Amino acid sequence: MGSVTETKFEVLNDELASKIDKILSENAYDSTKLVGILLDVQDVVPKKYVPMDVAAYVAAKLNIPLTGVYDVITFYASLSEKPRADHVINLCKSIVCKTNNYMDLQKSLEKFLGIKVGEATEDGKFALEYSACFGACDVAPAIKIDQDVYGKLTDEKLIEIINSYR
Amino acid sequence: MSKSVSLITENYNKYNPDSIDEFINIGGFTGLKNALNMSSDDVISIAKASKVMGRGGAAYPLGKKWEQAKSVPGDNKVVICNADEGEPCTFKDRSMLEKDPFRLIEGMAIAGYTVGAQNGYLYIREEYRHLHPQMKNAIKQAKEKGYLGKNILGTDFSYNIHVYSGAGAYVCGEGSALIESIEGKSGRPRIKPPFIKQCGLNLLPTCVNNVETLAIGTALLTHGAEKYLSYGTSDCPGTKIISIAGNVNKPGVYEIPFGLTLREIIYDIAGGVPGNKAITLFQLGGASGKIGPPSLLDTPYSYDDLHKVGLVIGSGAILVVDENMKPLEFLHSIQEFFCHESCGKCTPCREGNKQIAHILDRLLAKTQKDTDVDTLIRLAKLMSQSSFCGLGETAQSALLNAIRYFPEEFGLK
Ligand SMILES: Cc1cc2nc3c(=O)[nH]c(=O)nc-3n(C[C@H](O)[C@H](O)[C@H](O)COP(=O)(O)O)c2cc1C
Ligand code: SF4
Ligand code: FES
Repeated sequence: MGSVTETKFEVLNDELASKIDKILSENAYDSTKLVGILLDVQDVVPKKYVPMDVAAYVAAKLNIPLTGVYDVITFYASLSEKPRADHVINLCKSIVCKTNNYMDLQKSLEKFLGIKVGEATEDGKFALEYSACFGACDVAPAIKIDQDVYGKLTDEKLIEIINSYR
Repeated sequence: MSKSVSLITENYNKYNPDSIDEFINIGGFTGLKNALNMSSDDVISIAKASKVMGRGGAAYPLGKKWEQAKSVPGDNKVVICNADEGEPCTFKDRSMLEKDPFRLIEGMAIAGYTVGAQNGYLYIREEYRHLHPQMKNAIKQAKEKGYLGKNILGTDFSYNIHVYSGAGAYVCGEGSALIESIEGKSGRPRIKPPFIKQCGLNLLPTCVNNVETLAIGTALLTHGAEKYLSYGTSDCPGTKIISIAGNVNKPGVYEIPFGLTLREIIYDIAGGVPGNKAITLFQLGGASGKIGPPSLLDTPYSYDDLHKVGLVIGSGAILVVDENMKPLEFLHSIQEFFCHESCGKCTPCREGNKQIAHILDRLLAKTQKDTDVDTLIRLAKLMSQSSFCGLGETAQSALLNAIRYFPEEFGLK
C-alpha cells in the first residue's frame, strides 16, 4: 500500500479543522476526554484514522504534548494511525464467535468484498479487520460495521447489509 | 415454569428507556428517595445485610466496599461505574445500559450518596458506543428532573454523572487502568499502593463498582434487603444476571436465583446444545474464568459450590463448548485473546503469554518438545503469582484448570 503518500501531512484542511473544533468544544477542551475525543475525530477524518497533522492539531488545541496524543492512539485498538476505509468492518474472532464458526463468515466476507482480513477494498469503501469480543456473543458470529452490530447472518443478509453502506 | 426470575431486571421491556417519565411511572427513583431519607450508614447496613458480592468479577462484598469508601477521609470523592465489560462471553451489563439506563443512574446516585461522592463517572466501552447517546440522554433528563445535580430532591446531596468512552482495551476494566483512561492516557495499570479507594481518579478517593452491582443497589434500596434475600439459597442468597452463549440454543441474558445447577441453566434456561451434541467443556466468568468438564454440570451455581470444584462465578458469563471443539483449540483461542490484550507493562504477562501461545501452537501441531508441558505449567503458575495486575494473574485460569480436568490433552495421563 502507498502508505508514504497516504500519511502525508496535508490531511487537515479548513473544513476538517472546523469539524474537529466542534468536537473539542463539545468536550469543553477537556484533555481528560482525550480518548473519546480521538474516537470522534477519527470518525470525521476520511478513511477513519488519526493522521499526524490531525494529532498535532488536537495536541495544540488541548495544550498537551503530541506524545500524549500518540500514547493514546497507539495503545487503544479502536484508534488507528494508518488510513483504513470509509467503513470499517470488524469481524470478531474471540471464543464465542469461534464456537459459532466465524471462519465461515470470514470466507463469505472475503469472497464478497474481494479482500482478505487486514486489507481494504480498492475503492476505499470497506476495510476488513479482526476484532476481539465486542459483547455481541448472543448473536455470534458477529460483525460490527462502524458502530452497528450484526450477527447470525445468512450470506444473502450479509450482502444486503454491506450494500446498504455503499 | 420458567426458572429465571426478574428482580434486578424487573424493568426490562417495561418502559421506554428514552423517557424518564415512564421510568418514574413504574416506581423509578424510589430507591434513591429511600436512601436520601436514611443515613449513609443505614444504606451500608442494607448492602451488608444483603451479602451482595461485586459483579465485576472479583466478588468483593458491596457493603464492605461502600463502608471503606465512606470512611476514607476527604470532602471530594468519586464513584466510577465500570461498564467496560470486556470479558469475552459477557454481555449482561449491555442489557442494563440498553433496557434500564435509569436504574443504573439511580444506583450510581445511591452509591455517591452512600460514600460521600460529588461526582460519578460512567466508563463505557467503545464497543457499546451506540448506547452512549441513550445514556447521555438519561443523565440529562435525570438532571432536569432534579435527580442529579445540585441539592438532589431538596437535600444537601449534590452529584453529577459524567460519561467517558473506552477505545478497545480489555485491560481498562481493571480499576487503575480505567482511571488512567479517564484521565486521558493509555490504560496501563498503576502500582498499588496507593489503593484507588484512597487515591484514584485525579488523586481522589475512588469507589469503583460494576454496572450490575449498582443496579442491585437500586433494587436493595427500592425493595429492601429482605426481598433480595428471599431468592437463591440460604448460603448464597439473591439473584445473578448471567450471559450464556456459545453452543446453546437460546443464548442471551437471564436473571437467575443462585443455586440452580449448571445443567438447569444450560438445558432448561438456554435450551440445551444444538443438535443435542455432547459438551466438551464450559467456561464461567469470561476468558479469565475457569473451565470445567461436563462431569461438573450438576454443581449448583453459587460462590461456595463452584469454589469447591475450582470454578468461579466471575462476571456471570457461561460459555458452552460442544464436541466440535477440543480443549486445546479452545485454549488456543483464549490465549490469542490474552496475547492481544496484554498491555505489555510487566514481563511475566507480556512474555509469558507469548511463550504459552508458542507452546500451545506446538501442542496443537503435535510438534511439542519434551519439556514443553512442564514449561507451560511453570509459566502459567509464574504468571498468576507475579504479574503486575489482574489480567496476567488470571489469564491462565482456563489453562490451569485444563491441566487439572483434561490431563490427557497434555499427555499427562
Ligand atoms: C483485566 C481486568 C478486566 C476487568 N474488566 C472488568 C469489567 O469489564 N467490568 C467490571 O465491572 N469489572 C472488571 N474488572 C474488575 C474491576 O477491576 C473491579 O473489580 C470491579 O469493577 C469492581 O466492581 P464490583 O465490586 O462492583 O464488582 C476487571 C479486572 C481486571 C483485572
Ligand atoms: S499483567 Fe499484563 S495487563 Fe497487567 S500490567 Fe502486566 S502486562 Fe499489563
Ligand atoms: S466472542 Fe464474538 S462478540 Fe463476543
